[in-house]
Amino acid sequence: MSALEVGELIAESDVHLTREALARYARASGDLNPIHLRDDVATRMGLPGVIAHGMLTMGLAIQPVLDWLGGDPRRILDYQVRFTRMVPVDEVDGAHVHVRAVVGSVGDPAGTRIDLTVTVGESAVLGKAQVRVAP
Amino acid sequence: MPVNPDLAGRGYPPAPPYRVERERVRQFADAVFSTSPLSHDVEAARAAGYTDLVAPPTFAVVVQQGAWDQLMGDEDAGIELSRVLHGEQRFTQTRPIVAGDELTAALTVTGIRSVGGNTMVTAETVVSDADGAHVVTATSLLMVGADA
Repeated sequence: MSALEVGELIAESDVHLTREALARYARASGDLNPIHLRDDVATRMGLPGVIAHGMLTMGLAIQPVLDWLGGDPRRILDYQVRFTRMVPVDEVDGAHVHVRAVVGSVGDPAGTRIDLTVTVGESAVLGKAQVRVAP
Repeated sequence: MPVNPDLAGRGYPPAPPYRVERERVRQFADAVFSTSPLSHDVEAARAAGYTDLVAPPTFAVVVQQGAWDQLMGDEDAGIELSRVLHGEQRFTQTRPIVAGDELTAALTVTGIRSVGGNTMVTAETVVSDADGAHVVTATSLLMVGADA
């Protein structure tokens, strides 16, 4: 870890979210809120259509960091995000989520900070997305 | 129905223990696009020093869900799911969750403040194992809209 430099890109990923992926996450998480499953309910709530679970975006965004740690979450001390923008998932095209994981700070006794940039198209969908990793 | 301004500091008794099943760990891992062998293959998890399959870092949301249901189900709290937006989420973990864990989740409202017509509610869910040891704390900022 000592060889890490601030600003260094440690991992990156692309995820194609589909309506099937939302249904799968709904079942696995127990979050059955219909705004993630049904266009009619979502539009009645003033949304453009079905949107992804914020927690699904949060869950997939840390995966490149987990891969970088060899798939072992033991060293992950803390993970936080702010949900800044909804992710509409088109019935046909879905949504393409891009994740970049960059070293945010090193040498802190509280652990190395990894900053995640999570975008759909040009827009960031998570803010202050940070992972603390034990040295 | 507005959010109860006296909600800060209110705690809810832990829901009955939640037993983490292997199949749920695999399903959740697939759902968050994790390909980690530690979440899919028991032998790989044991080789890495765990007793069983290892859940992905955000798995605690499954137990947090039950604690949220208590909060939303408390009529005196005045928080209706249909008016709630999830603003922020944080997990502070002592150790990863593994299959076979019996987890209890106790929710406390730690903060409440008004911003414009909305109410920001901070809810902290402390997740402990069968020995009472801390596993993870899940902290959520919920933005509750005013009545339509």
